[in-house]
Amino acid sequence: MGAAVLLKQFESMLGEPFDWQSRPEPERAPSGIAEIDSAIGGLPRGCLTEIVGPASSGRTSLLLGLLAAATARQEACALVDAEDAFSPHSAAEAGVQLGRLLWVRCGHSAEHALKAADLLIQGGGFGLVVMDLGDTPPATARRISLASWFRLRRAVEHTPAMLVSLARQSNARTCASLVIECGRKAATWSGARSVSRLLRSIEVRAQSTHRRKQCSPVFTARAI
Amino acid sequence: MFACLHGTGNLTALAMEFSPIVEATGPDTVTFDVSGLDRIFGLPQDVAAAIARRAREVGVKANLALAGNPDAAICAARGFRGVSLIPQGDEGKFLAPLPLGLLSPAPQLLETLERWGIRRFHEMAALPPLGIAERLGPEGLRLRELARGEGDRKMLPIAEALHFEDEIELDYPVELLEPLAFLLARLINGLATRLATRALATDELRLRLKLETGGAHERCLRLPVPSLDTRAFLKLLQLDLEANPPAAPIVHLWMGVNPVKPQAAQSGLFVPAAPEPVKLELTLARIRAFVGEGRVGTPELLDTHRPDAFRMQKGTAASGKPQCKNASVPFMALRIFRPRRAARVALASGQPSFVMADGVRGKVLDLAGPWRTSGDWWTLDAWQRDEWDIALSDGALYRIYCEPAGWFVEGSYD
Repeated sequence: MGAAVLLKQFESMLGEPFDWQSRPEPERAPSGIAEIDSAIGGLPRGCLTEIVGPASSGRTSLLLGLLAAATARQEACALVDAEDAFSPHSAAEAGVQLGRLLWVRCGHSAEHALKAADLLIQGGGFGLVVMDLGDTPPATARRISLASWFRLRRAVEHTPAMLVSLARQSNARTCASLVIECGRKAATWSGARSVSRLLRSIEVRAQSTHRRKQCSPVFTARAI
Repeated sequence: MFACLHGTGNLTALAMEFSPIVEATGPDTVTFDVSGLDRIFGLPQDVAAAIARRAREVGVKANLALAGNPDAAICAARGFRGVSLIPQGDEGKFLAPLPLGLLSPAPQLLETLERWGIRRFHEMAALPPLGIAERLGPEGLRLRELARGEGDRKMLPIAEALHFEDEIELDYPVELLEPLAFLLARLINGLATRLATRALATDELRLRLKLETGGAHERCLRLPVPSLDTRAFLKLLQLDLEANPPAAPIVHLWMGVNPVKPQAAQSGLFVPAAPEPVKLELTLARIRAFVGEGRVGTPELLDTHRPDAFRMQKGTAASGKPQCKNASVPFMALRIFRPRRAARVALASGQPSFVMADGVRGKVLDLAGPWRTSGDWWTLDAWQRDEWDIALSDGALYRIYCEPAGWFVEGSYD
């Protein structure tokens, strides 16, 4: 008996055509930013998510929101910092529980960052693993082979961990399940120049594709 | 067969030389189990002679008695001088002339017995048990049993001090770490087995290597939780020795572990999974091997106003206490440039108008500042700075500052 006949018999028993190809939708965890959660439903677990954008585009603010939400859920988080750019003071202000954050300072080496992220994912137990390549020159980040990204994706698959890569441009290409492209819409200043002027906040547009639909939620990251 | 020493000197140490089961019966009395020593020394009198000889050698002045039960041995050692050997079954006859005071009865009971004219063991042993039970109760019956040399109680041995140490003397010096790993595995496995048999684990592993040059190389590994994972211990030691290799070939290895109770904890059903402590320690050791010591850990803010003041804690990422901070509003992050980037800043009306640094270059489009801060002026490490938040024509927002050493870009807002 052929496979096609068996499939037809099985479908006739079920009463409706069965989708054999599609994989189950991954579980999504809140990102900590209401606008993003309402638009894309949070970040997928067991997948690689890329947050990309130029300097001052609000990608690190989004990342701190993610870390704050994950640590508030009592999850252990790891930040692999390729360029040693993480500010613990900023993170504490954003609500990140530093006691639940493991910070790996790679001292300007993307290769070390990749290796450390791989070890941490293989070790297991983390709810969120972030690889911060935000200040890594695009040429260096592009040199990370697709095979390495594929290895990371495979390592995080079927685990409850979220793997997030932050960079200036998308590097993982098809290995990433979700790409959030950040762009600064506006910066808000208050007060008269040279008197009491303050940098108040930035408005960030986070473009992404969710269920084959383009969405671009806007959130505000406040400075004070 | 039991032996009892009653006298002065280090009685416990002497008894320990002959038996692992030693009871500290009193400040001047120890009792120990000598069953099985006949296989080494021969007859009981030979065992007694060996103990007496050793006592003389170590300077112990004590009466020695050997009997079939510990209580008879104690009574004999306390009552007779020199070495007493009580034949099995003749305890009552042997102890008969001893005074009842040796059994330390309660003063009221002793007074009653005195009034009855019962002063010796044989007089007490001859009393009918039913009558004693009626008139003196269980304490009287116990005294009669001891007087007849029929005591049958369990000894309360001294707990042996646990030392988990092992060493290997090498015939030839070992230079490479790979062959050393086999020796380390042998030591670790042996110690772990000894710990496991006592239902213990360890949270500290000490390694002392004697070098060919005469020096010593010492390492100490501390684990966040007690464990018995020998593979993890070996890998941690290997990574540690790779990072801190001994200066010369090794001729002697000594290893000691700290015995502690294993940690028994059950995580809740709804508690998020955390990294397994020993596995995490191993992962961190592997990461430390290539990123460097002190570059992996949990950041801890310091209690100071000095900008970017923090220290790295070696603790794991699952040890944080819950905080009640509102994390729902996104906060604008600052990305720090480490090391700080020296900048050349053009001023117009006392305010930055053009900034140039490594990777940063542009005309100042908007700015806020200066914000003047200073601190630690009461110490030698004083600091002061004027900060500006600037929007540059390259599209990014930066924090720059001016201090006596010049202008610097601290980082970018992102």
